[in-house]
Amino acid sequence: MKSRLRGSLLATAIGTLLSTGALAEGELTVVSWGGAYTKSQVEAHHKSFSAETGVTIRSEDYDGNIGVIRSQVESGKVTWDLVDTELAEALLLCDEGLTEVIDHAQLPAAPDGTPATEDFLPGTLHECAVASVIWTNIYAYDRTRFPNDQPTTAEDFFDLEKFPGKRGLRKIAKATLEFALIADGVEPDQVYEVLATKDGQDRAFAKLDTIKDDIIWWETGAQPPQLLADGEVVMSTAWNGRIFNAQVVENKPFEIVWDGQIWDLDLWVIPKGAPNKDLALEFLKYATSTEQLAEQARWISYGPARKSSNPLITTHAESGIQMASHMPTAPENLTRARQTDAAFWADHVVELTERFNTWLAAQ
Amino acid sequence: MTTIALKHENTASLAEDPRTLKIRLAKAIRRKRINAFLYVLPLFLFVFVAFALPMMQMARLSVQNGAGGDILHRSQVAMKDWTGSDLPSEEIAAALVADMVEARENRTIGKVATRVNYSLPGSRSVITGTARKAKSLQAPYLEALATANPAWQDPQIWVSIRRAIAPVTPDFYLAALDLERDMDGNVVFVEPERQIYITLFVRTLILSVLITSLCLLLGFPVAYLLASLPAKYANLLMILVLLPFWTALLVRTTAWLALLQSQGVINDIFVFLGLIGNEQRLQLIYNATGTVIAMTHILLPFTILPLYSVMKTISPTYVRAAESLGAAPSVAFFRVYLPQTKPGIAAGCLLVFILSIGFYITPALVGGSDGQLISNFIALHVQRSLNWGLAAALSTILLAAILILYWLFNKLVGIDKLKLG
Repeated sequence: MKSRLRGSLLATAIGTLLSTGALAEGELTVVSWGGAYTKSQVEAHHKSFSAETGVTIRSEDYDGNIGVIRSQVESGKVTWDLVDTELAEALLLCDEGLTEVIDHAQLPAAPDGTPATEDFLPGTLHECAVASVIWTNIYAYDRTRFPNDQPTTAEDFFDLEKFPGKRGLRKIAKATLEFALIADGVEPDQVYEVLATKDGQDRAFAKLDTIKDDIIWWETGAQPPQLLADGEVVMSTAWNGRIFNAQVVENKPFEIVWDGQIWDLDLWVIPKGAPNKDLALEFLKYATSTEQLAEQARWISYGPARKSSNPLITTHAESGIQMASHMPTAPENLTRARQTDAAFWADHVVELTERFNTWLAAQ
Repeated sequence: MTTIALKHENTASLAEDPRTLKIRLAKAIRRKRINAFLYVLPLFLFVFVAFALPMMQMARLSVQNGAGGDILHRSQVAMKDWTGSDLPSEEIAAALVADMVEARENRTIGKVATRVNYSLPGSRSVITGTARKAKSLQAPYLEALATANPAWQDPQIWVSIRRAIAPVTPDFYLAALDLERDMDGNVVFVEPERQIYITLFVRTLILSVLITSLCLLLGFPVAYLLASLPAKYANLLMILVLLPFWTALLVRTTAWLALLQSQGVINDIFVFLGLIGNEQRLQLIYNATGTVIAMTHILLPFTILPLYSVMKTISPTYVRAAESLGAAPSVAFFRVYLPQTKPGIAAGCLLVFILSIGFYITPALVGGSDGQLISNFIALHVQRSLNWGLAAALSTILLAAILILYWLFNKLVGIDKLKLG
């Protein structure tokens, strides 16, 4: 009896120890997309924030699986403190009441005193989400595969005769359909009007049909540079920062085609009931300050969401090259470009995802 | 111990009263039963908590609309007697506006809007947009709503809202079978461009049958070899069978990526041997072929092991006897040996079939577009679209299909004849 009692006491003690360990002050679980992107956050924000505050940051990777947030919030066992999401997902999470409301007045002002609400680019601040960077869907090719003529336009991506070989495309409807329409001659500012109609959707799928047999579908950001490096595809849509990383850090012979880029935001959200909510907010404020966003741009070619960060962008931390021309927001890269329309996608994601998958499944 | 003690007591008391003996015996048996029950209790509780409860929860999700009815509670009451054939009454419109003001303040309007949007694409922005202005709307509300957004003049959105706030809904099951309710409540197929789930269910079944047959074809000779070789070779072979079994699933799948891709090892060998030209490399991955190859390999041990354990028990004397009685080797095999391996074949096939019907990681990685199974779409709705109702409906249908197949299997083969190892 005595020993059993002691045993159970021990178990309780260990249990308490473990649970306090997980909830200890000064710990933060930050979830992001992995690869070169998470690296830019760790190098620019995590390390300096930890050094200044003594907070230990645990970095976790995910691939946009926001179902985890829902199950954590609904079961009341939230372990993620801060999550990096795309805009449509950030809005969906906010709609479902799964993320905390963020008071924009708390965000730090620009160095010249401009309040955050005016310093952030239009459309980058949301009820439950604060944007950090602008990234973009571009396509990239391996220049050794096209020694003579090289692709330069969105149309070239769909031109199998001029540029034969497999294409990599992201296996979701978002950005893929817009890209197909732009390549089919739709003006970027008309894309969503066209895509809202049945005819417009038919048109996008018809364009994709022209290369369907030569598409390799990718799902995680690390795949496109890998597929290009393996020679599995000759060109692939990709997140521009991943290709930049392959170009300058890994010295791959890849080229980016900016024509027809569909740009989007990465935003921070705090799951409702996050165990270290206050700390998460502190980190969020720190990581979206003018200086920190400019610092992050030294590690990956994603544009800061604040106007005041742009003049501070300098050179790439690892290779020393000037970053400005590699940013999605550089004027010469924006000649034919479009931002993803998150409100459109919130309305049509179900319908278009079903249609996209039906189209995929059809032979 | 107990029985011996019982015996002693019994002999002592036997002379006194035969009825006490009976009672004591019954008591002893009951105690034993309770003991036995206590032994399995932890497992029973575990299965209940970790398996039965979540399944019930899932089944509930597939027919429930969630919080919609609580959020738009005034509208729910007001819409009770509305037939839905024409625009609703002013009273209903007033209730909806009042609900919208409240839901906007509680930040719950998005939940309803997302749910309504499942059945009426595009309605999310209509609802959230109108809710933003709801506070400033004045009576008559029907007109005010129509001015706020012309979509409110169409009865369709009202019908969709009424359906979305009913406590119980068939919509998720309908959607899981490519069906929907039209304006008049008739069940119809969704337009052909959006019909996907039936195709997926059928594809999952076909690929599972194919993978099961391949596993049997490839596994049978290996199991036979294992069972008939002398122990020292058989053990070595067994390790070769088990080695991939012990390797992480993700590692094995990734290995297949390296082998099968068009610039991969297998294609390189084919090109080197001159079987195919450098420009005609085969597409062995990112399609159904890749799914079948990788899954067959991963599931192979599940056929080999039960087959092996059955074959090990079959005495070689039967085949020898048949042959000495004049049967040709093929006849001896098919009429004497093969029937004896039936329990192993049945167990192996059942295991592989059920495992492959729910397989998820491998098709996701190597399946491309036409090698995706129904489980990949369940994952999509759980992880990305957050439409858990649809995910639950799809899973429940899959579960029902497996149970029906299991029942059929039991009728045809008999579950008591199984030998799992």
